Amino acid sequence: MAKIPIVQDFVVDRDEDKCISCQVCCRMCSNDAHTYDRETDKVSTDTAKCVGCHFCESFCPTDALTIRRNASEIRQNANWKQEMLTWIAKQAETGGVLLTGMGCDQPFPVYWDHILLNASQVTNPSIDPLREPMELRTYLGCKPDRLEVESPQQQCPEKAPHLKAKPGKQLLLQTPILFSAMSYGSISLNACKSLAWAASEFGTFYNTGEGGLHRDLYPYGANTIVQVASGRFGVHEEYLKAGAAIEIKIGQGAKPGIGGHLPGEKVNEEVSRTRMIPMGSDAISPAPHHDIYSIEDLRQLIYALKEATRYEKPVGVKISAVHNVAPIATGVVRAGADFVSIDGLRGGTGAAPTVIRNNVGIPIELAIAAVDTRLRQEGIRNHASVIAAGGFRTSGDIIKAIALGADAVYIGTSALVALGCHLCQKCYTGKCNWGIATQDPYLTKRLNPHIGARRLINLLRAWSLEIKEMLGGMGINAIESLRGNREALRGVGLSDTDLKILGIKPAGEAW
Amino acid sequence: MKRIVIREEYCMGCRLCEIHCLVQHSKSKEIIKAYKGEYPKALPRVLVEEKEYLSFALQCRHCEDAPCLEACMTGAMHKDEETGAVICNEDKCVGCWMCIMVCPFGVIARNTEGKKAASKCDLCLGEKMPVCVQHCPNEAIVFEEK
Amino acid sequence: MVEKMYVADKDYRVPAGCGVSGIMNETGERFGGDAIITSIALMRDRSNGLGGGFAAYGIYPDLANYYAFHLMYESEDARRQTEEYLKGCYTIMHDEPIPSREVKTIKHSPILWRYFLMPREEALTRDPLLSEKDFVAMTVMHVNSRITHALVASSGKNMGIFKGVGYPEDIGEFYCLEGYKGYIWTSHGRFPTNSVAWWGGAHPFGLLDWSVVHNGEISSYGINRRYLQNFGYFCSFFTDTEVITYLVDLLIRKHELSFEMVAKILAAPFWVDIERMPEEEKEFYQSMRMVYGSALLNGPFGVIVANTETMLGLNDRLKLRPLVAARWGNFVYIASEESAIREICPQPDRVWMPRAGEPVLARLRKDGSSAGAGQSLAAQGLETVSPGCEAACPCQECEPASQGYEAASQDSEAYGRKEVL
Repeated sequence: MAKIPIVQDFVVDRDEDKCISCQVCCRMCSNDAHTYDRETDKVSTDTAKCVGCHFCESFCPTDALTIRRNASEIRQNANWKQEMLTWIAKQAETGGVLLTGMGCDQPFPVYWDHILLNASQVTNPSIDPLREPMELRTYLGCKPDRLEVESPQQQCPEKAPHLKAKPGKQLLLQTPILFSAMSYGSISLNACKSLAWAASEFGTFYNTGEGGLHRDLYPYGANTIVQVASGRFGVHEEYLKAGAAIEIKIGQGAKPGIGGHLPGEKVNEEVSRTRMIPMGSDAISPAPHHDIYSIEDLRQLIYALKEATRYEKPVGVKISAVHNVAPIATGVVRAGADFVSIDGLRGGTGAAPTVIRNNVGIPIELAIAAVDTRLRQEGIRNHASVIAAGGFRTSGDIIKAIALGADAVYIGTSALVALGCHLCQKCYTGKCNWGIATQDPYLTKRLNPHIGARRLINLLRAWSLEIKEMLGGMGINAIESLRGNREALRGVGLSDTDLKILGIKPAGEAW
Repeated sequence: MKRIVIREEYCMGCRLCEIHCLVQHSKSKEIIKAYKGEYPKALPRVLVEEKEYLSFALQCRHCEDAPCLEACMTGAMHKDEETGAVICNEDKCVGCWMCIMVCPFGVIARNTEGKKAASKCDLCLGEKMPVCVQHCPNEAIVFEEK
Repeated sequence: MVEKMYVADKDYRVPAGCGVSGIMNETGERFGGDAIITSIALMRDRSNGLGGGFAAYGIYPDLANYYAFHLMYESEDARRQTEEYLKGCYTIMHDEPIPSREVKTIKHSPILWRYFLMPREEALTRDPLLSEKDFVAMTVMHVNSRITHALVASSGKNMGIFKGVGYPEDIGEFYCLEGYKGYIWTSHGRFPTNSVAWWGGAHPFGLLDWSVVHNGEISSYGINRRYLQNFGYFCSFFTDTEVITYLVDLLIRKHELSFEMVAKILAAPFWVDIERMPEEEKEFYQSMRMVYGSALLNGPFGVIVANTETMLGLNDRLKLRPLVAARWGNFVYIASEESAIREICPQPDRVWMPRAGEPVLARLRKDGSSAGAGQSLAAQGLETVSPGCEAACPCQECEPASQGYEAASQDSEAYGRKEVL
């Protein structure tokens, strides 16, 4: 048999009583799943084309559509999951590497769901964030171990003592949440604009990814972290100077060990100009930086970038969470990085080989704990900030990450969800119905950046408020008192080894 | 006056504006009934113009010096004193279509089902906001003072 | 850890809170321990009999050049091990049991011993980067964390910490404190909640000549402790007060910051207030919060920190625990309740409620000058009787040699030394 039909992922239920044949679904589906038959005045659906993005369902004015998982099941088999058969069928047909988008969707343990927070009772009062100040302000960058002041022992300082040396350049965040690296190319310019506007409005940062910086985004440089990745796409002096900080991307949580991958379908004229690559060509970043084969080479690149920007900007390094993440992170800090970004197993991507996304790396929870502990053991925790990334779903995850030791977190997937993403994992096709992961002008205009920015600001605001509520509940009124404060956490249903690595006590154990 | 402003760069061509306009101008004002149970079916007063990936929703611009007002021989076409909207009094309209002839935007349609009358945007007077604007999922048409 | 040092915490849920009190004579005139006992005893409701203690400065003037180590041992074996360790790097000038008398309510007392130590030259030079004080601090850390059943209660010069499980006035009686004379006294009545009651866990906590008494709960304890580990401080008392002690030692002794600055680190001003400051000040406080964020003490506290020259009272940044200060002549009083001050000083010159995060500082005036309206006690003829401040007066006549004290002194041949008088 030359071609074995693949079991469809989804079925589209159309309630014929409700369908008014208005054809919104037909017009909106970029996968052409819905078609209108003029003769019968009916709309029908080719479920094989449905990717489960729920765009049509969201826009149907009569709620006539419901997207469901296809109930068709293979004979029950604990070993073989249905999707595996589908993968094999596809590969048997194409002989290619399977691609996917977004973060790992496999059922590995999510440690966030096994960690619980503390709250005040009796012995210390909880603090009401609506009535008392509650501080989330965060500074990212290298901090000295101590401050040296002129005439330190002066008894009555009428005015502030004079500092002998000021701390190096820091990134000031109004909330410990940044938007993670998502390149122009992998996402649309409107998506980039939404992120940039929201970051600058809220007082935090977004990250260019390895997509370069589009002309329209230069005005938001003060809230931009520009990335330098192995492909060096879009990197030039002006680009480096445009951002508030520079991040060298070594690895990405969704695909540790391999480089970025932008399918040629998404490389249109603007992307080509911004990335400085030919139109329509696949932009495949090398797996390693070919000028970094060891830690001392990384040090050279860090200092080359610092030189290029006159030491005015923090330079960080992004690594994916792998088995040796803790020693690697200390090496990175010792190499001179002002911040280390760690991207965990569930970090998203616009395109990655499915097998790598699903099988490589470690969960971010363990990575944060290991890195923070190790940096403290080596006495260099102050020398760099730690930004955690990879699958933060709620403000609860974020506050737990900070209590484990992260200075701030990057959110990517949740930001895209705020923009409409339904995690259909088809980013690599360039057919994103929500106008996010596409460059098709018919689709990109679906994301109005004014709305996008507003929604992102709302998300940041909502999560910040929730974080304040939780902090207040713990009787803490400044985020730095929670940062690395693992006494605020307890584990449930975790093994002793997990608890040891996370550095937290089991629930029920007092201090 | 408050006008409907078009931001064509965000119009995704879903035509939800047309659908909700039709419902608003139907007898029942219920979407499924308006489409499946009312004859004659109401007409939408807004039309989405499309070429390639460019699209936008166009309805009466409610001109200050509206040519349709000049052309109307029965006085059916008039300006609402309060809002400045150009409104067609369908009772007075005799269906001569002169307004259609002179409209520079082509936003007046013929309603030939039932009583012959010019069909055009009335800014959904009485509503806080025209329904097309209310239901535009991408804010590609906005209602603002201009 | 030190099993028998625990007692059953049976009256656990009596609503109250810890009480603290401190008295300092800024000219350095020494006075007896009965004043502080009277003051802390008044706040009996604030403790529940599960811990009390005192820190006294100026009590060993004749051995002022030696580090006075107060040790608590649960076993003779621990004492042997500790002494062996101490002998390795110190000259032990003198050692003896800490005098105590039998008090009905005080049970399970550990072996209490004090040593007057001088680090050996050769031990100090082993690591040229270590200062003498670092070396002594390391000794304390070593004994506390490595030697089972041994804990250093205090380790400063010319000062000592006396603490245990019981109501503070009973602890004071137990240690015969009326027989000591000091120019700073701080005390604590404990109502333990987050840590169990045991002798080592009572306040004050000390390191070198630091002592800390604390009423409150440090919600940032987890990160404060981890921050201190970076600098070689290991917390072994399972209580948040310990971190305050080490933070103060780190910031003032090692980082050479002033008490005022340290107050602004431990109870940092809010960002909204920093934003309103003049440019240079703003920059300073921004940097301070940036660098010392992990040293911020979050949660409710009223604390009295003392060293040889200073007594500092400080509240948390929201003032969630009470703290009152008063001045009478050269005396500065700090206490959880005004009544505890009025009890020993009915008519102070000034009483005030320090605001959140605003430090109360009393400093030893080495030139002997007097502060404000107050005059030296001698000049006021207050040496014997103090109408305004009876109990606190350094009354020569009541130099008590109580029976328990004498009994204790007989245990140790060398105890007749003047330094305790």
